[in-house]
Amino acid sequence: MKTTCCHIFCSSIGKKYLMALSGMVLLGFVLVHMLGNLQVFLGQEAINAYADKLQSSPAVLWGFRFFLLAATLIHVLTAISLVRENRAARPDANGDEKFVQATIGSRTMGLTGSLIFAFIVFHVLHYTVRVTHPEYQQIAHYTLGKSHKEVHDVYTMVIMGFQEKWISAIYIVCMALLCLHLTHGVSSLFQTLGIRNTTWKTNLDRLAIVYGWVIFIGFVSVPIAVLMGAVPPTG
Amino acid sequence: MNLKLKIWRQDETSGAGRFKDYEIRDVSPDSSFLEMLDLLNEKLVEAGESPVAFDSDCREGVCGMCSLTINGVPHGGHRGTTTCQLHMRSFNDGDTITIEPFRANAFPVLRDLVVDRGGFDEIIQAGGFITCRTGSSQDANEVPIPKPVADDAFDFAACIGCGACVAACKNASAMLFTGAKVAHLNTLPQGKAEKDRRTLAMVAKMDDAGFGNCRNYGECSAACPKEIPLDVIAKMNRDYAVASVKGIIGK
Ligand code: HEM
Ligand code: SF4
Ligand code: FES
Repeated sequence: MKTTCCHIFCSSIGKKYLMALSGMVLLGFVLVHMLGNLQVFLGQEAINAYADKLQSSPAVLWGFRFFLLAATLIHVLTAISLVRENRAARPDANGDEKFVQATIGSRTMGLTGSLIFAFIVFHVLHYTVRVTHPEYQQIAHYTLGKSHKEVHDVYTMVIMGFQEKWISAIYIVCMALLCLHLTHGVSSLFQTLGIRNTTWKTNLDRLAIVYGWVIFIGFVSVPIAVLMGAVPPTG
Repeated sequence: MNLKLKIWRQDETSGAGRFKDYEIRDVSPDSSFLEMLDLLNEKLVEAGESPVAFDSDCREGVCGMCSLTINGVPHGGHRGTTTCQLHMRSFNDGDTITIEPFRANAFPVLRDLVVDRGGFDEIIQAGGFITCRTGSSQDANEVPIPKPVADDAFDFAACIGCGACVAACKNASAMLFTGAKVAHLNTLPQGKAEKDRRTLAMVAKMDDAGFGNCRNYGECSAACPKEIPLDVIAKMNRDYAVASVKGIIGK
């Protein structure tokens, strides 16, 4: 039977594929981003050099940014389309509607996803574009030990940022939401892609929980360490 | 047993429905849920009221005709049990029981607790069969089928098309039903030849008929009286992807 790309973009299963594949891209990004952040614990030189390396090729940097933006947009727009169709498919609840076994994570994907999206917007404005805190622009440049290159002092900016309690609180809460999103998402994507069965489900459900928690602990360790004063303001 | 019943009454598809309260006395704990409703209807008819319309046929868990969402769960929430196989001993004296039709916009209410599950028939008509003439039954083992494959196909074929999966799904998705049919036929050598065409056609019809999108909650399988596993959905997703890609890169 002849198929067109519409089978992939318009059908119910096709949209789920888009959801899972874009989710996978985001999953990979989130893991790498977390590992990058942990370099704060290696000191000022390490993370500033790493941040500088990421910026070294504008073409690659913008390529990645567009790729991530595309994945995010596909993920969010497909989610909106799926949820709207599902509302239309189901009459309003009349009696007592019960969930028998669906997890909290699975039932709140739309909510956690929307809040994560809001967080992503805030996060980019906060640390990437730096419009929420103009004082970050005033941070003195850092001179890399090896190349003597003057670079943006990411280390100091992150510590300044997380020393504000409400900023840290937002980051920690949002990472908890991401953790919840992933405890369903990581297992669900295998089902969506057709590579899960009853035997594997148990293992994949565990993997999802572990992945969610690793991401959560990895990310929140930075603001928590800063709040506890465990990361010295200038290394 | 004496029970209070909260039953959905609705005159016609377009009409507004509402819950109506009933009381019923002296129900035998050994009667089935449908027998309890029969008893209620006898009393309603005696009193000159209109009986509660509900579906049933075999009353032994094989036809898929009985429906009913009981206390918020399709078929009442006992593992592997249809409404007709549910017995009143599962309830306690004095309980209030809420009885609703299977809810989904693709299953319009015809009257009271009776819904139109014609959407399922359309999905079957789209590809839930084998097109060649099979003639009279073949000799056993003429087509060799490994035992594990036959067992899987048999488990998937157990679906009776009741629609509980759709009613249990907060997205009114028909993926478990469609998946069971697709997985059953696509697993066997007789059905494999038309695997791609079948999967694409049945999924297209499923979307068309107004069922929602699966979100992997797993509520369907938990409510399924035949305990169809979520594996059938994964298999359908896989077969759909293969069929779509083949259709694009093929001629
Ligand atoms: C940008 C905001 C986001 C929104 C609005 C969002 C929304 C959603 C929704 C509604 C679903 C459920 C789909 C379904 O249940 O059918 C979902 C699934 C998923 N999301 Fe997100 N999400 C967002 C961000 C993320 C991020 C940052 C990641 C990864 C780090 C991610 C990974 C996943 C995965 C893996 C799935 C499972 C896909 C599947 O079931 O096949 N999401 N997302
Ligand atoms: S999959 Fe189960 S719940 Fe759904 S129609 Fe078939 S038997 Fe009924
Ligand atoms: S009446 Fe046939 S399965 Fe219940």
